[in-house]
Amino acid sequence: MRRLINQRPNGVSAPLLGALPFILLLLVYIVASQARLAENPNDKLLPGLDSLVSAIQQVATEPDKRSGALILWRDTAASLVRLGTGVAISALAALLFGIATGALPYARATLSPFIAALALIPPLAILPVLFIVFGLGETSKIVLIVFGIAPFIMRDVAMRVGELPGEQIIKAQTLGANSWQLILRVITPQILPRLLDAVRLALGAAWLFLIAAEAIAAEDGLGYRIFLVRRYLAMDLILPYVAWITLLAFLTDWLLRVANAKLFPWYQGGARRS
Amino acid sequence: MISVRKLWKEYDGQVVLENLNLEVGDHEFVTVVGASGCGKTTFLRMLLGEEQPTRGEFLIDGQPLPDEPGPDRGIVFQRYSVFPHLTVLQNVLLGLEFERAPLLGRLFGARRAEAVEKAEAMLQAVGLYEARHKFPSALSGGMQQRLSIAQSIVKQPKILLLDEPFGALDPGISADMHRLILRLWDEHKMTIFMITHDLKDTRLLVFDKTRLDMQAPEAYGATITYDIPLHVTTPALLRELNEAKTRTERFADVVAVGG
Repeated sequence: MRRLINQRPNGVSAPLLGALPFILLLLVYIVASQARLAENPNDKLLPGLDSLVSAIQQVATEPDKRSGALILWRDTAASLVRLGTGVAISALAALLFGIATGALPYARATLSPFIAALALIPPLAILPVLFIVFGLGETSKIVLIVFGIAPFIMRDVAMRVGELPGEQIIKAQTLGANSWQLILRVITPQILPRLLDAVRLALGAAWLFLIAAEAIAAEDGLGYRIFLVRRYLAMDLILPYVAWITLLAFLTDWLLRVANAKLFPWYQGGARRS
Repeated sequence: MISVRKLWKEYDGQVVLENLNLEVGDHEFVTVVGASGCGKTTFLRMLLGEEQPTRGEFLIDGQPLPDEPGPDRGIVFQRYSVFPHLTVLQNVLLGLEFERAPLLGRLFGARRAEAVEKAEAMLQAVGLYEARHKFPSALSGGMQQRLSIAQSIVKQPKILLLDEPFGALDPGISADMHRLILRLWDEHKMTIFMITHDLKDTRLLVFDKTRLDMQAPEAYGATITYDIPLHVTTPALLRELNEAKTRTERFADVVAVGG
């Protein structure tokens, strides 16, 4: 009998084992839901699978009576645009400031303490300020996401620049590179895949800030919908929305991972070696 | 022509190198050996321009050494000196692109084709032409070092610095690499400083501490204790050896304090 630490699941059992907790959770839910519905058919807390499905069908395929829109898709589009804009702005800012502070000692001395201080401000605490300054429209939501994740990604990028082997930077100088060429040809291309990794890590926080902002003031969006129907205890809509958000988060992460592998084929190999 | 006169290097009161005196002519091949921590690497970093001497002179062709690395002094480190995000060919092209495209650091069209031709010739010379479209992570350690050498030599540096370039390679490959270096040295007529543990037929500099205070190990630094022309195989060898010995004998009567 080999030690437990040396026993590995094979190609068939590994995915099955991975699916097990999901199946268990679903079973527990079904049993609990049936037990509650048997006691009170109008119970709203744990709706049956059939009512979950019909709630999804309604928001996904039937136009809303008031606005005439397909609510699920409109909410999804609105949220993804906010999330995408916020994350894209953050990534761009992180690339600029992260590389500047990572590569140029004068930029580091000037900006690092400021960025570190910004990163310490709890973003939700200044949400009211954002609403007052930028109004209740899209800008304040996007700014909240940027405020929430950009300092984190900036510091991560600056650290990754610092982790590039000093030998490479010296070597580039002996090949005649000036500071600009060094940033353009040596630092930036090696930072891009690491930036994508940092963005993947920051996406969880980005969703948090998006949903918080939508919950407080919005006219559409996934977070807005959840907090709207909460008033009616509409678990039959909230639960599928949560699952949908989870799936979207998983898909964006997967897309970024695939993009990283496709765009920077040298990255994984290099990371293993160093 | 490199001349070092009465050179000292200290870090916060810790003496690393003391009283270094050295003349190296053009197209010499100098091998530097010494125990770890004896300041070989500090010497190399000063040659690169990464470190400045605390006292004394470090001159190249009569001019003080620039205070940052530049294209006249190439370097091959033990590792990490190729760029993992560029293919073999791009790695060699890089130095030419830095020189000829100040703004974008990239060449296009006919100017690129011309640079590619030069880079490919260099890759032929080090035996990496077939691997020119691979990324460094797909190369063996020896191939990566050959790439790093090609990358430096395509810039035609006056001085090439090799910091234990074969330290991580197995002995057979290391010997091949040594032959390659000697051949390139001959073809390109540069001065080479190589920090190593293998002794081959070159001028040999030994770095060591001549004084030691057990109570204050940082008080004294290392210096060049032997300067041996191993490449000279005529009776001149004996004469040179004796001279080198006389030059360093002044330290013979310095007794290690507490040692």
